[in-house]
Amino acid sequence: MDITVNHFLAVSAILFTVGVVGIFVNRKNIIVILMAIELILLSVNINLVAFSVFSGTIVGQIFAMLVLTVAAAEAAVGLAILVVFFRNRGDIAVESIDLMKG
Amino acid sequence: MLDFQAMISAIGPELLLALAGLAGVLAGAYMGDRFNGLSFKLGAATLLLAALVVIMNWEGGEAFGGLVTTTPFVNFAKCISFVAGAVTLLMAEGFLKRHETIRYEYPLLVIFASLGMGIILSASNLMTLYMGIETLSLSSYVLASFHRDSIRSSEAGLKYFVLGALASGILLYGISLVYGFTGSTDYGDIASSERTIGLVFGMVLMISGMAFKVSAAPMHVWTPDVYEGAPSPVVAFFATAPKMASMVVFANLLFTAFSGVFEDWQMIIAIIATLSMLIGAFGALIQSNLKRLLGYSSIANMGYALVAVAAGAEYGAAALLVFMTSYVIASIGLFGGVLSMRREGGMVESIDELAGLVRRRTGLALALTILVISVSGFPLAVGFIGKIVVFQAGWNAGLLPLLIVLVLSSVLAFGYYLRIILVMWVKEPVERFQPVGSTVALSVYAAAAACLVLFVFASPFLEWATQASAGFIQ
Repeated sequence: MDITVNHFLAVSAILFTVGVVGIFVNRKNIIVILMAIELILLSVNINLVAFSVFSGTIVGQIFAMLVLTVAAAEAAVGLAILVVFFRNRGDIAVESIDLMKG
Repeated sequence: MLDFQAMISAIGPELLLALAGLAGVLAGAYMGDRFNGLSFKLGAATLLLAALVVIMNWEGGEAFGGLVTTTPFVNFAKCISFVAGAVTLLMAEGFLKRHETIRYEYPLLVIFASLGMGIILSASNLMTLYMGIETLSLSSYVLASFHRDSIRSSEAGLKYFVLGALASGILLYGISLVYGFTGSTDYGDIASSERTIGLVFGMVLMISGMAFKVSAAPMHVWTPDVYEGAPSPVVAFFATAPKMASMVVFANLLFTAFSGVFEDWQMIIAIIATLSMLIGAFGALIQSNLKRLLGYSSIANMGYALVAVAAGAEYGAAALLVFMTSYVIASIGLFGGVLSMRREGGMVESIDELAGLVRRRTGLALALTILVISVSGFPLAVGFIGKIVVFQAGWNAGLLPLLIVLVLSSVLAFGYYLRIILVMWVKEPVERFQPVGSTVALSVYAAAAACLVLFVFASPFLEWATQASAGFIQ
């Protein structure tokens, strides 16, 4: 069986869905949310590289490098905010983000 | 060979902001705390200078082989965003000083966020767009949690980060699909490629991501929480400059890159606009915290702006610029009002604290009344003109159901705006507010004056916006 672009798209769609569901269903830990966000960005990278290879344009691979860089910056900022939150609250359970509602 | 003249005319303001930001980082590392006071004035001056550079290169140009293209339409938004950033930066200084969190990082983050706004406004390629959005968002997350000893501020930052990162992820997934099904990330190439289901699907995901950035329903849930929790001057910034920039970028993206699939996105934008107007109006009715109320009010106002987007490029572009400018002016003034609400022991945010303001601080009460009238879109202030042009755009495009919702929502909105006015004018006065410094007061009065002046001399303003969006009229 030949591997076509559709197979890559299916894998990335599954990863993307796992990431999004991971953010909403997860009721325990904010670190897991950060991992879910990472998963979303990686699924996009699979998409970009697969499209790039199968369509013969290089843009997708350049874009994937850009996304990797941004993902690193985003994780850094996210973890920094998480540390600040932990210092104030002493807890990083998802239920503890409940000061403001409505 | 690089053509420097053309490059400067396209990315001059961004170049200036990037260099100023880097120089600021160095100066901060070298001077330490001595840089704190100075940095706010320098930051505001840099932003105003960037706005000046935008005006000097009004016709725009192209750079980096088509990755960046500026037009008068985006330059208009850039100009307003940078000026709004400068004003909110100056308003922040006194507040942060009183809370002992005055640090040079604040103006630097505002400058980097403004750099992001400049990049997204200039973007004519999805890669540039994504890079700018992340520059803007990452700076905004840090700004939201700037009071790092306050649990509310850090919670606001965390919420904003998680939801913002999800929205960026959805946007990016949409971008990857659009790239895959058109074979290019260039706006022009996407517009000229044929309509496929993959392109439409990617576009829908991109619209969801952008709707988050402009806080339009159903992606609005972060807005009230972040507005309530984040420090007031930060919210004043969020509600003005990035809103203007993101909304115009949203419109620019739909008008240029997705002009080929107009029928597909018009319906989606119409639904988002309807939901935003209704949720914004009903949500604001039950709020007692002024910052939260302004959060819902901004959701409703984004709904009105999206009516202009749904009207399409030909009718809506100029109306969008006029409406967003009037909204930004009124917002700056209203948040100046929020920043003026200081009692012994700290800031207060409840609407009831404004009781009898007219007898305690007549000037402030008058200015706030004008601003509230403007943002609610009633005659006598520029907000009225904003609403009228949006209505006209919707009428010309034949969007009758949307216009009915717009009018209903405006009537509802006047209900809660009227409550603010009544509290200020009729209720028994409470304790007087402490003085907060001349910059905030000056901003409130200047914004109120601008609302009146632009209402009286509306035609040059309208003409300027029409000229700026002339590129969209065939």
